[in-house]
Amino acid sequence: MSAVIGQPLPRIDGRPKTTGAARYSADIPLPGLTYAVLAGSRIAAGRITRVNAAPALAATGVIAVLTHENLPRIAAQPPVLPSLLGGPSPGETFFPMQDATIHYGGQHVALVVADTYERALHAAGLVEFTYEEEPAVTVIDQIRDRTEVPDSLFGGFVPGHSSRGDVEAALDRAEVRVDATYHLAANHQNPLETSATTAHWEGGRLFLHDATQGPNATQHTVAALLGVPHADIRVISHYVGGSFGAKASIWHHSTLAAMAARHVGRPVRLALTREQMFTSCGHREEQEHSVSLGADRQGRLTALRHHKLSPTSQHDDWAETSLEVGAQLYACDAYEGVYRLGRAHTMTPTFMRCPGEASGLFALESTLDQLAGELGLDPLELRLRNHADTDPVTEKPWSSKGLKECYRRGAELIGWHRRAAGPVADGDWLVGLGMASAAYPAAGPVNPQRARVRVYADGSAVAQAAASEFGTGVGTAMAQVAAEALGLPVERVRFEAGDTDLPNLASAVGSTGAGMISAAVHRAAVALRDQLIAQAVADPGSPLHGADPGRVGLSGGRMVLRDRRDTGESYAELLLRAHQPDAEATRSWAPPQGEPTHAMMTFGAHFAEVAVDRDLGLVRVRRLVGAFAPGRVLNARTAKSQLMGGMLWGMGQALLEQSVMDRRAGRWANPSLGDYLVPVNADAPQVDVELVEVTDDVVNPLGVKGVGEIGQAGTAAAIAAAVHHATGRRVRNLPIVVEDLL
Amino acid sequence: MRPIGYARATAVSQAVKAVSGDRDSTYLAGGTTQVDLLRQGVFGHATLIDINALPLTGIDRTDDGGTRIGALARMSDVAADPAVRDHLPLVAESLELSASAQLRHMASIGGNLLQRVRCGYYRDGASPCNKRAPGSGCAALTGVNRNHAVLGVSDRCIAVHPSDLAVALTALDARVLTATTTGERAHHIDDFFLEPGDTPEREHPLEHGELITAVEIPDTPTARNSRYLKLRDRQSYEFALVSVAATLRVEHGLVTGVRLALGGVATKPWRARQAEGMLLGGTADAQTYAVAARAEMAAARPTPANAFKVELAQRAIVRALTSLTPAGGAA
Repeated sequence: MSAVIGQPLPRIDGRPKTTGAARYSADIPLPGLTYAVLAGSRIAAGRITRVNAAPALAATGVIAVLTHENLPRIAAQPPVLPSLLGGPSPGETFFPMQDATIHYGGQHVALVVADTYERALHAAGLVEFTYEEEPAVTVIDQIRDRTEVPDSLFGGFVPGHSSRGDVEAALDRAEVRVDATYHLAANHQNPLETSATTAHWEGGRLFLHDATQGPNATQHTVAALLGVPHADIRVISHYVGGSFGAKASIWHHSTLAAMAARHVGRPVRLALTREQMFTSCGHREEQEHSVSLGADRQGRLTALRHHKLSPTSQHDDWAETSLEVGAQLYACDAYEGVYRLGRAHTMTPTFMRCPGEASGLFALESTLDQLAGELGLDPLELRLRNHADTDPVTEKPWSSKGLKECYRRGAELIGWHRRAAGPVADGDWLVGLGMASAAYPAAGPVNPQRARVRVYADGSAVAQAAASEFGTGVGTAMAQVAAEALGLPVERVRFEAGDTDLPNLASAVGSTGAGMISAAVHRAAVALRDQLIAQAVADPGSPLHGADPGRVGLSGGRMVLRDRRDTGESYAELLLRAHQPDAEATRSWAPPQGEPTHAMMTFGAHFAEVAVDRDLGLVRVRRLVGAFAPGRVLNARTAKSQLMGGMLWGMGQALLEQSVMDRRAGRWANPSLGDYLVPVNADAPQVDVELVEVTDDVVNPLGVKGVGEIGQAGTAAAIAAAVHHATGRRVRNLPIVVEDLL
Repeated sequence: MRPIGYARATAVSQAVKAVSGDRDSTYLAGGTTQVDLLRQGVFGHATLIDINALPLTGIDRTDDGGTRIGALARMSDVAADPAVRDHLPLVAESLELSASAQLRHMASIGGNLLQRVRCGYYRDGASPCNKRAPGSGCAALTGVNRNHAVLGVSDRCIAVHPSDLAVALTALDARVLTATTTGERAHHIDDFFLEPGDTPEREHPLEHGELITAVEIPDTPTARNSRYLKLRDRQSYEFALVSVAATLRVEHGLVTGVRLALGGVATKPWRARQAEGMLLGGTADAQTYAVAARAEMAAARPTPANAFKVELAQRAIVRALTSLTPAGGAA
């Protein structure tokens, strides 16, 4: 029975968000609040030789100016680790304003605190710096001849080099071979809410209102950096206005807000400006991919080599993990994946939505589209011939798959059979079709995830966990999970989150949130239900007294005998009789330890119908179809919204988004929403999201594989393939712009 | 915080007197980009004279059949005006393809003409920029300049004039009417926008304190067959890569009337007079249009990043004119 889970209920946070009632981290009113504004380095490499804070200190309303000359030293620098681990997870192994060295443009060099935001903003521009500037290295063309393959990257979790079989020999022997190189522009996350933290200290305890994907990650990271006991830090984060990875790591401003609040002895609000969002919370790095495919005449892959080149920071070996899904997506005996990194004057890139898969699948799937052309095969047929029935890397069975059904349903919806007839002319437009596979790891946390569920004597209930609501709809979905386990109407159940005083969780990153939080909430709710049933059958006053608990079920908001549904009572009746105001249970879901029995991944397929103006080179996506098999869907409305959003993100990646580096200054040249183009409604085509049902008994208790990123994985490749189908032009750079098609 | 004085004017003469007498003051109308530039330190005005209460919002027919648009009419009001839509479709289109609905509700016609360039080096308040800080150099010449101008450029400045409306008005020989302390003036639109030359800081011939009161568009019967074609990466809320304002009259397969102006490619709204001259009297077909377009763009001085605009502008001119050519027009 799945009465509540999966229902397309409207978001419970919809009204507060649309009416302005929702309070974000920069909306928290506190007595004596002060305002902090950061100043960024005008140079990208070198050192500060002189600071003159006097003009800023003399400005009206200024309370303090902090620079490397007077900001206290951090207690310790934790290493860069993904926040899914649940511990400290700084964005880079570097903390600003500890010395005079400048590692990247926009690096925080001063923090000004004033009595109003406007005064702080103005004074931040008055702090004078003298620099000794060195040549900045910021783009791939400058690092080409000084790259290295790191032993590992991504916090040590991904090898710099991985292989199976002898890829060079297999490429040499291949009956058909395709080699292609792709360039992808750097991208920035650009959530609507810029990152913000409001900090205050009370009786030695630090309170942080923080825009984060994981309140506990903020707690642990700030605790480590400041040397404050974790127990003395409470992080609250009730609403987060989007993140897309910008708030997945815990960046410097959260800790700086706490340091500033301690310095001035008053609450401090620190909100980044839009421009600062380009140099304060990571990005998707500029990258170059070289893919070589070998195949036999029947289209069976015999070799897959995928090399990536990208710039990383001075202090971390980091590239988004572009190669891992490609290594697992197709049956192919010979594989090599290599990351080459070059040091540049950039911050550590870290995360942006679909981090790695969106770029790696563009390169791999575009090359497959080309291979299909070389072979004279339908691109979809090529994928089917190379379907990986088991994981090619571990040779383990998949926990669930559904990819062939995604291909079938997507192809049917878009009318893929039309492709064989060639592109269609529609006035000035040439219209083509393209497709690509989608894949995203169904990773999980490594530590126990916790939740608490409480039923009150009036029959209402709360589920609690320290989750972050950053736009995913977690509050609505988890109320559904708890309601279903308790057998209560969903209107009677509320999900409370966003507070480290609640049962703790890892950060909701990498599409893991729905799976791991639902696991904990489900466990706690089931435990509470069982506890109350046990209490009822032991209670002489209960109509269920003496019944076998195994024969008691839930119906109409009541505990009833399964075979005599008119016999039973509600939780409220049971609790009131016992003079009990409430009952609650806390449970953990501990992910399985040791060697996994299965390979776990989410699969899907993208289909795009794209029109290209034959003279003007304009590209207009007319239709996107995505079919996905994300396991159990907790709320069909919010899940489809996330998948649709991901697909539109993929369209933005394909056609619009690029962070442009001015390599002379080492600064991003377009750090605004006017100049960094994300799709607007006028760009949005018809988007069809198809959910393919698969049951997954392995990944987590409810079989949830997540929908946060799979929507973007492969979209750009499908669009590029459609552009090729329409025009015969193979564009190998993202975004695809007018000048590529003139 | 840098203090800014603010006062509200209730009469044109009062406003003109106030700003003319104070070098550090300026007018505030819609404020849609002005406030950004004040915050970013690009503008350093000490006093703002709010002119939104002045009676300059009318959209009227003039005695000789032209159209007079008050300087404080909002972009959205002008775009929605039935007479404008009927007689001057390219004006309505240029407005509706500008900015966003929210901005169009705020922004005034006078302010639209005076909007500042979108060059990132101008707007960042810090990079070398001869327009913002005369003599400091031009960071765009060898910097990020895909969106910059290919016509009317100088070695001091290559910023594109950003207004869509101004391109349509340039095609229509509009006049900009102003008030000064000594009386009223009228500027032909061709003279109103200045190429950067050696003085990119000077964008128009207005004296300090001279206030735009209206824009007058002469009666232009051919404008009923007109179009504003705007090409851009994103389909809304973006400035033009290339735009074309065109009116066309075709009789017996020959071009007997044509107006052509370009946006997105030049340092000022670019009247394509050379192309017009070649088109007039010629056959109304794509080949003729292409020859004229090529001639107009021959003077282009592109950078490697914006060289595509030279080709794109030619194709856009052909597209705009072709779409205005009656079916079988060249027959």
